[in-house]
Amino acid sequence: MKKLINDPDRVLADSLVGYAAAHPEVRVDHENRIVYRATPKDSGKVGLVSGGGSGHEPLHGGYVGLGMLDAAAAGEVFTSPTPDQVQEATKNVDFGAGVLHIVKNYTGDVMNFEMAAELASAETGAQVETVVVNDDVAVQDSLYTAGRRGVGTTVLLEKIVGAAAEEGRPLAEVAALARQVSESGRSMGMALTSCTVPAAGKPTFDLPDDEMEIGIGIHGEPGRRRVPLAPASDIARMLVEPVLADLDFTASPAIVMLNGMGGSPLIELYLMYGEVVKLLEAAGVTVARRLVGDFITSLDMAGCSLTVLKADDELIRLWDAPVNTPGLRWGV
Amino acid sequence: MAETTIGIAELTAWLRRFRELVGGNRGYLTELDSAIGDADHGANMDRGMAAVVAKLEETPAETADDLFKRTGMTLVSTVGGASGPLYGTFFLRLGTSLGAVAEADATAFGAALRAGLEGVVQRGKAEAGDKTMYDALAPALEAYDGAVAGGSSLAEAAHAALEAAAAGRDATVPLVARKGRASYLGERSAGHLDPGATSATLLFQALDDTLAGK
Repeated sequence: MKKLINDPDRVLADSLVGYAAAHPEVRVDHENRIVYRATPKDSGKVGLVSGGGSGHEPLHGGYVGLGMLDAAAAGEVFTSPTPDQVQEATKNVDFGAGVLHIVKNYTGDVMNFEMAAELASAETGAQVETVVVNDDVAVQDSLYTAGRRGVGTTVLLEKIVGAAAEEGRPLAEVAALARQVSESGRSMGMALTSCTVPAAGKPTFDLPDDEMEIGIGIHGEPGRRRVPLAPASDIARMLVEPVLADLDFTASPAIVMLNGMGGSPLIELYLMYGEVVKLLEAAGVTVARRLVGDFITSLDMAGCSLTVLKADDELIRLWDAPVNTPGLRWGV
Repeated sequence: MAETTIGIAELTAWLRRFRELVGGNRGYLTELDSAIGDADHGANMDRGMAAVVAKLEETPAETADDLFKRTGMTLVSTVGGASGPLYGTFFLRLGTSLGAVAEADATAFGAALRAGLEGVVQRGKAEAGDKTMYDALAPALEAYDGAVAGGSSLAEAAHAALEAAAAGRDATVPLVARKGRASYLGERSAGHLDPGATSATLLFQALDDTLAGK
């Protein structure tokens, strides 16, 4: 394992020290591993709390700031944060209008946020609503699985719903919007390499040089299908087709994200975006807004994911609203 | 006459032994989790049980409810993932069921284990054959209850529980996972031991080790 670390067991703690030093616009509670805005939003507005395992940076701590999250609880690498962390974050960003929990659909995350919401309500009577993002079309949603995983749509949701909370909309409306966004987004990912969890010290799975994994998640958990390595134009098809097959994106403007998994350079991500957008447009999708880069990563995994969100004028307006976070910044 | 009760010293020793076994199997559990999960089960359980033992060394518990509630809360707040809430809930229910006592007889201990299992089911919604810790826990409790009903001592019942847990664990190999991260793999999850069922078996290994020779 070759990594820029001191000690595999201190990666998160050490990284948060650097994160706090690099971004004075956020405040880091190192003991509880929570990232807050340095300047909290006005009272009477809904607080947004997210969190999850670390290793997906900039998600979630990188999206704390004006127009997005109020707090992000950081778990160990690829491990959900604990209920007491989330409870603490919830308590501190309840500005009197309730709190929305944004949770990616993983068994651990759902259980820990569920316990946290119970604890927070019992302790302070906080009003907590929860949205569970489950947008990964690679996973079959059935009684026989834990359901689709939450991946790229989470980023778009935190941006759009963050803008609505900033406008002072009530909790019920913010939660309803969050569910609308969650239901309107679809993602599909692929990996060229595995990733290496620092505490494990070796790659999570073996992937030969001439093969790739289609339908990968964001934790190095193997995907659905292993296939021979192919040109970018073919890979683009393997990502676009299942997304479009799952939801009709032709009737409304779309927000598209071509996301890097952490180990693929921008030159390749832009190349992939070019391939993807060609296929989307040929299929009748109107791309209204787009993001290309590393937004929800899987440590050092090489590969990418595609997220398409079915938007409308209102979602586009909220998308364009000012945002000022370490991970996304415009209009300010 | 066979010993039929378990006291606070043995209950505490059980947790210490579990911590040793989890520590010794840290790499193995993580390896199992790499195959069908996200490669963190060993590290997470090790961190959690180390924290539990540290807490118990600071302030030893005098009653079963104090012992297991502190164990449960510590696991909930240090483990993360799905294992934190699941093992945490298991021990919290164990404590609630036993109450403020310094020892329990075989029946009360069995009822507490049962309450723990029910907590796990409520939190994780797993059923038999889903390829989870349930597949080791449920048969273990079945065997324990059967042994106690047949007049076995607590130590003998614990040994029967271990054998059933191990068999349940081994029977997870051909199963297709229907809960947790392994379920994303579909058919590809078959052919692997379930890490949760494996760590749950260590819990009964620890109990058997603690009571062996009694």
